[in-house]
Amino acid sequence: MATMRVNPTRMELTRLKKRLVTAIRGHKLLKDKRDELMRQFLEIVRQNRVLREKVEKGIEEANRHFVIARSVMQNEMLSAALMLPKQQVSLEVGNKNIMSVNIPVFETKTKTDNPNDIFSYGYAFTTSDLDDAVLALAKVLPDMLALAESEKSAQLLADEIEKTRRRVNALEHVMIPDLQDTIRFITMKLDESERSNLTRLMKVKDMMIEQTIRERQAQNAR
Amino acid sequence: MKLMYRIGVIGDSDSICGYAALGLDIFPVSDTSEASQTLKKLCAGDFAIIYITEQMVKGIESEIDRYSSQRIPAIIPIPGAGGSLGIGMDSVRKSVEKAVGSDILFGGK
Repeated sequence: MATMRVNPTRMELTRLKKRLVTAIRGHKLLKDKRDELMRQFLEIVRQNRVLREKVEKGIEEANRHFVIARSVMQNEMLSAALMLPKQQVSLEVGNKNIMSVNIPVFETKTKTDNPNDIFSYGYAFTTSDLDDAVLALAKVLPDMLALAESEKSAQLLADEIEKTRRRVNALEHVMIPDLQDTIRFITMKLDESERSNLTRLMKVKDMMIEQTIRERQAQNAR
Repeated sequence: MKLMYRIGVIGDSDSICGYAALGLDIFPVSDTSEASQTLKKLCAGDFAIIYITEQMVKGIESEIDRYSSQRIPAIIPIPGAGGSLGIGMDSVRKSVEKAVGSDILFGGK
């Protein structure tokens, strides 16, 4: 039982009651927010997991082709082939709002529209395994972008969920019980002083009556 | 006019040379200290997504965690030439644990 240090006055009581109402309302809203965030989060995480498995498999596949290409070609030739890319990818970052968490949305723009521009080399001096490797990577790229988006979202949402959960717990287990205890304390204190006031009045009345009776008796005796 | 961001890839040159052909910017590094320096440089620049090979992620998790609460950049571990180390899956699991309090999706794995 932890009461706050307050003056047990009627004014304080009204103030605390108002605060309790706000706290309870805030608690309910935050709890709703947490539940909805959690729902969205789990959805994103499930999707994230599938994407990651897909991307890892795709990259592995591409790497396998690269290893073969490297074993067939000279290393210098290979790096020379990939040195000057024709394609250039840039990103536009949009914004999505999930329960007041700002989440980036990535949109890619490629410099050239031709999908064959990923091959930045002449085919005469390179093996076809290099083509396979680059093609495999190009296939994974959209999934990689989606992965980046969903992984970032998951991180941001996890942060927000943690914060919201702390707030909900603080309200539920500290703020609200404290306020209720303090309100009970003030009510009891006020009731107590009310009762003591009443007894005092009754006592005074008794004393006054006694005094009058004594005065009357003295008059009669005279 | 929206700002245009770029995509960076950090890792050993064998693992990442292919991404250059796709039009991503590659930054070959040979060890983790170099990787962390490059990472800092990219985060200060206009990179929205930074892919980094798991071999390089291993030593600099704390660097990467620093950016996890920011909206941009997204730092994503990818498997390098040596195959997957499971770090990427681990990071997903970590965020689930952070949010839910316990690992509910990857339980038995």
